[in-house]
Amino acid sequence: METEAAKLIAAGLAVAPLLGAAVGLGVLFSGIVNSMARNPSMSGELRAIAFLYFALVEATGLFGLVVAFLILFAF
Amino acid sequence: MESVEFIQSGRKIFMKTNKNRFSYLTLKKINLLFFSIFLVLLPNFVFAAGSGMHSPIEQFVVKTLIQIKDPIFGYDISFTNASLFMVLASIVPLTLLIFGVRSAEMIPGKIQSISEMIFEFVENLLLENTGNSGRPYFSFIFTLFLLVLFGNLLGMLPYSYTFTSQIIITFFMAIIIFISVTIIGIFRHGFGFLSLFLPSGTPLVLQPLLFVIEFISYCIRPISLSVRLFANMLAGHTLLKVFGGLAVMLIGSGSIFLVPVAILPIAAIIGMTALEVLVAVLQAYVFTVLTCIYLNDALNLHH
Repeated sequence: METEAAKLIAAGLAVAPLLGAAVGLGVLFSGIVNSMARNPSMSGELRAIAFLYFALVEATGLFGLVVAFLILFAF
Repeated sequence: MESVEFIQSGRKIFMKTNKNRFSYLTLKKINLLFFSIFLVLLPNFVFAAGSGMHSPIEQFVVKTLIQIKDPIFGYDISFTNASLFMVLASIVPLTLLIFGVRSAEMIPGKIQSISEMIFEFVENLLLENTGNSGRPYFSFIFTLFLLVLFGNLLGMLPYSYTFTSQIIITFFMAIIIFISVTIIGIFRHGFGFLSLFLPSGTPLVLQPLLFVIEFISYCIRPISLSVRLFANMLAGHTLLKVFGGLAVMLIGSGSIFLVPVAILPIAAIIGMTALEVLVAVLQAYVFTVLTCIYLNDALNLHH
């Protein structure tokens, strides 16, 4: 019973990195929108860069999610 | 004179198809929407009809389809559902490309333009990142992109299997890339390859420390490359199934107040399916871009 509860608490704690990923995505997209507003002719290239870094930033949060899944289902 | 006529006739054809395509596309879009809603709903109802709840990670279970034993060492090399979808992910793009190029025309048809677009996209990607020196490795990068892309996209079909959600498969792909890139770098530059770990202009005091840090970050590359793809696929598919389970629970509750609420998770599934298709394409793109960047490091020693 106690280990079950500990597992759930640990899984909840393990998704904390998603907060960092959210902040990172916010910073990323604010920067992209800023630069698009300054130089609209660059928006095509900027969008490609944004998608690449979106995936890179999102992955860091997903690492935490994977750890949570491991705690919940693998142990 | 002739060329002007040719251009004009071409423009006429273009305008004509463009107009037709517009009406065709809207109808197609509506059909697709209904079709996708049906596809999303179908597993839910089947699951609801089935007995009891299913775990959201049940979809990642590797099932043996044909039992094969290695005759020499006795290893289990059975043909599993993961192998089936790997075979499919290599057959589907191959068929697409073969059909696209078999009857190549001046004004490309649908299949031809799709295959040409994929080809040019990967070519531009490679040449932008590595310059002309990366050209010999194009076939490898193109194969890698197609395998990951179609593995992800085929995994989006209901009742299919996403082989990229298995860490061992992505890790194997990443470690092959890592080792081959390192070998390419050593063959091209010899001991000069070690300068990759030393950014130019670092003070002498910091050099040993920086060398260690850069070396570790170089060695961690296959892990980050593989875990990124695997984690994205695992998380996305698990999330879809968690919401599917929620809808099943609400429908199965039988209460008048709870059953209509099931439309919310089903709507969320439809939205998330769109996001997952985006992620599937994006992760294939990122995997390829990072491979190109690693290849560029080995080829050109950018520091």
